[in-house]
Amino acid sequence: MRRKIQTRLLIVALIGLHLAVLFAGFIAPYNPETQNRELPYAPPVRVHFNYSGKVHFRPFIYAETTGQGTLDEDFSRPYPVHWFVRGDDHQLLGLFNSNLHLFGVDAPAQMFLLGTDSFGRDELSRLLYGGQISLAAGLLAAFVTLLAGAIIGTISGYYGNWIDEALMASAELFLALPWLYFLLVVRALLPLHVSATMSFMLLIAVIAVIGWARPARLIRGVVLSARTRDYVSAARGFGASDFYLLRRHVLPQILGVLLTQAALLVPQYVAAEVTLSFFGLGVSEPTPSWGNMLSVLQQYSVLRSCSWLFAPAVALVITSVIYWLLADTIRYSLKSS
Amino acid sequence: MKPSAHFTAVVCLFGASYLPVIATAQATSSSEEVDRLEDVVGQYGGRLVVGERAEPKTLNPVTATDSVSREVIGRINADLIEINRASQQTESALAKSWTISKDGRTFVLHLRKGIRFSDGHPFDADDVLFSFAVYLDESVGSPQRDLLIIDSKPPTITKLDQYTVQFVLPRPYAAAERLFDGFAILPKHILEKPFHDGHFDQVWSLNAPPDQIVGLGPFRVKRYIPGQSLVLERNPYYWKIDHDNRRLPYLNELAFLFVGGEDSQLMRFEAGETDVISRLSAENYALLQRDASHLNLELTDLGPSLEYNFLVFNLNDLRGKKLDSIARKQAWFANLNFRRAISAAIDRDSLVRLVYSSRGQALWGNVGPGNRRWVDAAIPHPQHSLDAARQLLKSAGFSWDKAGQLQDASGAPVEFTIISSSSNAQRMKMATLVQDDLSHLGIAVHVVPLEFRAMLDRVFQSFDYDAAIMGLGGGDADPNPEMNVWLSNGSSHLWHLGETQPATDWEHEIDQLMQQQMVTLNYQKRKQLYDHVQEIIAANLPFIFLATPDVLVGAKKDVGNFHPALLDPYTLWDADQLYIRGIEKAAIR
Repeated sequence: MRRKIQTRLLIVALIGLHLAVLFAGFIAPYNPETQNRELPYAPPVRVHFNYSGKVHFRPFIYAETTGQGTLDEDFSRPYPVHWFVRGDDHQLLGLFNSNLHLFGVDAPAQMFLLGTDSFGRDELSRLLYGGQISLAAGLLAAFVTLLAGAIIGTISGYYGNWIDEALMASAELFLALPWLYFLLVVRALLPLHVSATMSFMLLIAVIAVIGWARPARLIRGVVLSARTRDYVSAARGFGASDFYLLRRHVLPQILGVLLTQAALLVPQYVAAEVTLSFFGLGVSEPTPSWGNMLSVLQQYSVLRSCSWLFAPAVALVITSVIYWLLADTIRYSLKSS
Repeated sequence: MKPSAHFTAVVCLFGASYLPVIATAQATSSSEEVDRLEDVVGQYGGRLVVGERAEPKTLNPVTATDSVSREVIGRINADLIEINRASQQTESALAKSWTISKDGRTFVLHLRKGIRFSDGHPFDADDVLFSFAVYLDESVGSPQRDLLIIDSKPPTITKLDQYTVQFVLPRPYAAAERLFDGFAILPKHILEKPFHDGHFDQVWSLNAPPDQIVGLGPFRVKRYIPGQSLVLERNPYYWKIDHDNRRLPYLNELAFLFVGGEDSQLMRFEAGETDVISRLSAENYALLQRDASHLNLELTDLGPSLEYNFLVFNLNDLRGKKLDSIARKQAWFANLNFRRAISAAIDRDSLVRLVYSSRGQALWGNVGPGNRRWVDAAIPHPQHSLDAARQLLKSAGFSWDKAGQLQDASGAPVEFTIISSSSNAQRMKMATLVQDDLSHLGIAVHVVPLEFRAMLDRVFQSFDYDAAIMGLGGGDADPNPEMNVWLSNGSSHLWHLGETQPATDWEHEIDQLMQQQMVTLNYQKRKQLYDHVQEIIAANLPFIFLATPDVLVGAKKDVGNFHPALLDPYTLWDADQLYIRGIEKAAIR
């Protein structure tokens, strides 16, 4: 019973996380690339409910006047937070333009719920838009890896003999490749500037190319054991084709493995994208991604004074925990079924 | 001997062997022509610890090129004439006086008599002749050799007597006496043999035995621990004395700790493990300022440095190289109004605020306000204006499409890439700010961080880049070290390398002016010539100058005689005068 509730909560959290990132344009109050050069490194704004002794239901803020790590509020005028405001243009789901935002304050105040970065860009907006890149990279890379791993693993496990040996030998080769250096080499061979889309695709390609080996081996194992079952031999005796056997008897076995692997690989690949962007090998300025947002923390002074810039790391941890707990739940339900 | 006395004696001897041996200053004799520094007072004793971001590569003054090696080498060697970093003027050093002939070609230097090297061996004109023979020797291949070659000819150096040396230059060279700073005088008695045997470039590596590394500087090598530290000790024969006629340096030891990077340098300084720190970034400076009072630190902002950061467009001759896409873009880059528009669109004030936390100055020329002697205050400083930029672009034949994207006369969208060194956070930030500024003009700029050497390769060798953000300068205030940037055939003539003839009229004019100022001895006339050069540069924008940082240094409050300066080495140039306050003469720190 408790586990059922836990599963439900996890799925809700997962969907919530992905929806928040998907609707980044709506939830984020500002454009992620707009620089506010007067307010670099502004700490998160303080949301007040108390005004001259009275408690208001509508929260309000005071405008931040200086950045550089200190919170200086201009108490001359409170700015109440409004819901469903009109603001910067954005594209919803890449399909249609809109300028509706979930919340906001009147100009000239700006509501930096998670502070600003070194160029005065809103950290929350960048976190949400950056999440699009990082999570999409993780999901896509996991999908490609699992697809490749499933196909190769199935072929390897089902047909056996020299196909199996050849495929598994190449899997070992890919397992041994140091992926960071591989990416460095590929990046060096490309022209100086690659478009954001290109570099995103490249990122996914490299992560997937390196990563198919492990799921392939797992799936090969499952297929191998499924293939030798009695009911499979019986069906073959009745004249079932390979394709029918695969579809009807073998593949359902690997579904569980695939799901668990998916839940484990997605956070791993999101972290891989974060790592690559951290080193400047992924998406480049000014497009945000959790990795390149964290790279500013390589400077000691920023690390010491601007704790709000750790937000992408926190987001990554939360994402990973949700996925791992989900993986646990799937594994448990597989075992008990 | 009674057992207890025996025991005591053994203990005493044993203990004494652990007492560090301090090289105490030798008493001065009347025949020694020391350099008396009137205004300098201090206390003997103590050890100054400095954190270095990298390890020195060698202690050989003739072959060393990296800044850490040169910083250490400068403390254990001395020159004939030194540039006082604070006043930026020349001072007598090993040469107590000199005369210059009227035509500016002949220098007669009178050396100090009775001076000795750090091993006690006497110094005289033979050492000077030997040193310059080594510097000028082509097989040794010193990178400093080029500084002495004027008009493709080396100077003629003759010994007039045991303490007098004559230098004859092929032609008059302005501020020639500044040349002598940086040419360490080598001990002939130690280095003559390796020089004649042909393996001079191998002498005085870091592993050389300390008693072989002999010089005339305030310190001499005591101990090198690879990967950890290099400790210098007082040179007991150093030839400078203070106000009270006591021989300098005050410090017993000067230790260089290899801390591995800028951030660890800061952390060690904060923790009190090092005494002095130089070239802080503005953010680190702000960090230290918050804790300065209770950490007992003295932080100094020396004002704008002599370095200049700029955006340079690739105007190299790309014929024969397969770089067609860049060659097409060069049609934009070569247009003066295009460059002027870019310059007008860059918000330099925000740049200084965001990159240097306002501890810097915007630049419109290669000589900034920190170089008081040579800056031309009359060059225009056009303010940030997008309207002016748009006008300039219109007049250059550009237009905007419906989406606001800039396009050239043929309808091609204007976009280019800026490269910069990924290890330099300040220049990367400048690139992002310029990218944002130019987006307001409808220009799509892409910022590509590159590893430092990869970037240098593209800028100097392959020319495979559109634009780059780099920095130059900072060596000396005098215009002469800038020659290789502004001469059309100069090795750092970045925007168009390898010119055999000046590519434009204004480059030709700069060539003539720079050659002329090089041989003009009168400061006023030289200044006029160099002002004119600055005006031409500002009008033609081969570089779009951005900003210069302030020189930010720090030291513990108990470091005495701390007089940091705008010229390298900012904090240790007067290491012979530094002392630790509150040190008792007899105590060992």
